[in-house]
Amino acid sequence: MADIISEYEDRLPQKIIEDVKKNLQKGASDTKLRRIMEAVYEEYKNAKVHSGESVGLISAESIGEPGTQMTLNTFHFAGVAEMNVTLGLPRIIEILDGRKELENTMMEIYLKKHYATGKRIEELRQLALQIKETKLKDIATEFTINIADFTIEVKLDKEKMKEIELTLGKAMDAVSKQLKGYNIKDNKDSIILKSRSKEETFNETYKTKEKIKDIKIKGIKGISQVLPVKREEEFIIITAGSNLAEVLQLEEVDAYRTTTNNIFEIEQVLGIEAARQSIINEIFKVIESQGLNVDVRHIMLVADTMCVSGTLKGITRYGVVSEKSSVLARASFETPIKHIINAALVGEVDNLNSVVENVMINQPVPIGTGLPSLTVKVPQQKGKEK
Amino acid sequence: MKKIKFKVDKHTLTPKHVKLSEKEKTQLFEKYHVTSKEMPKILKTDAALRELDTKPGDVVRIIRKSPTAGEAAFYRVVIDV
Repeated sequence: MADIISEYEDRLPQKIIEDVKKNLQKGASDTKLRRIMEAVYEEYKNAKVHSGESVGLISAESIGEPGTQMTLNTFHFAGVAEMNVTLGLPRIIEILDGRKELENTMMEIYLKKHYATGKRIEELRQLALQIKETKLKDIATEFTINIADFTIEVKLDKEKMKEIELTLGKAMDAVSKQLKGYNIKDNKDSIILKSRSKEETFNETYKTKEKIKDIKIKGIKGISQVLPVKREEEFIIITAGSNLAEVLQLEEVDAYRTTTNNIFEIEQVLGIEAARQSIINEIFKVIESQGLNVDVRHIMLVADTMCVSGTLKGITRYGVVSEKSSVLARASFETPIKHIINAALVGEVDNLNSVVENVMINQPVPIGTGLPSLTVKVPQQKGKEK
Repeated sequence: MKKIKFKVDKHTLTPKHVKLSEKEKTQLFEKYHVTSKEMPKILKTDAALRELDTKPGDVVRIIRKSPTAGEAAFYRVVIDV
């Protein structure tokens, strides 16, 4: 039995073969099985997309039509703690455009078993606070400038520091590492900064005062909020802001499941194939959350198109469209005059190989039945050389 | 906090990447009637290729997990940046 099925392994997709195996009645004879496999293969062949079918157009329709029913709301609350999530059409546009600056970045940090079971809530809370980025202004109560001797005094909040397990010494280390040219002194509840150069103006001191507010004291850069939540049976940490490269290096984190919604970051840290998968996941998540029904195949096609060149390209005139070889096709998308003028200056040639150009000049389009063309073999004349 | 080394190919988002031998490469090109210029590309600096010993011109087989086909093979040509 097994060898009859394995004969079809390179002709049928793995999933179909598994489905056959699962639904096969027990004790089916070899001849019966062969007939089943033959019928399945026939069905599969008929279900395949024909060559020359304009799949891109069908994808565009299939995503676009339900897209009209999506919400236009950008902000939505995902539970507590003022976490914003971009949903609906704005999010789809954001992904497809391949934007680098997202409206709301988010991470889902999965944890090692020790934390994920939820038995050690206190440790989990501590871990979340360790990940969150703490700036100097978060633990300070007051920034003052002493005009007489040009020093800056930063009063610190002892209780807040205790909460995130931070000592005065550690805070001073962090400041002195990131601020060059200043002497730092400890003064019980506050730290005092004094410039080493003697000719500092008041303006410069003021600028430094503003600058030190954003010095990172603790945590991971870019992560502005943390929220431990229970998802299904385990606890995970959801964050606002994202820094995949650094979070994946933490010991407590289950690095192999942790993700972010920033696809560019995924491309850099995990590679182009992971980015493709992430595009599919993210778009599908939005479509599903809106209660719509779009086949994954359409989304897969879009994701493939965005990733063929090896880097992420949005579906914009700077991304995918700029790679088209035909001038007329590019001009028909956006900013036509710019494209035509540039093509004229360079002396570009349009071979009219694709669809849009041929529609423009009223010729048969190379899709469907327009794709095949005739070739004639001219018999060589005898006695004559080529 | 202690830091550990992270392996890209173990992440759930990254599918398996395998380098093809010269022979497999020519077989592939014959099967699909393509040249390496027409193939999808992957940068040689790509994170998933870090552990594979690839140079520009090599072909990488990517075994994707697909919701429609179970497992699907995809091919990319390694290119210079």
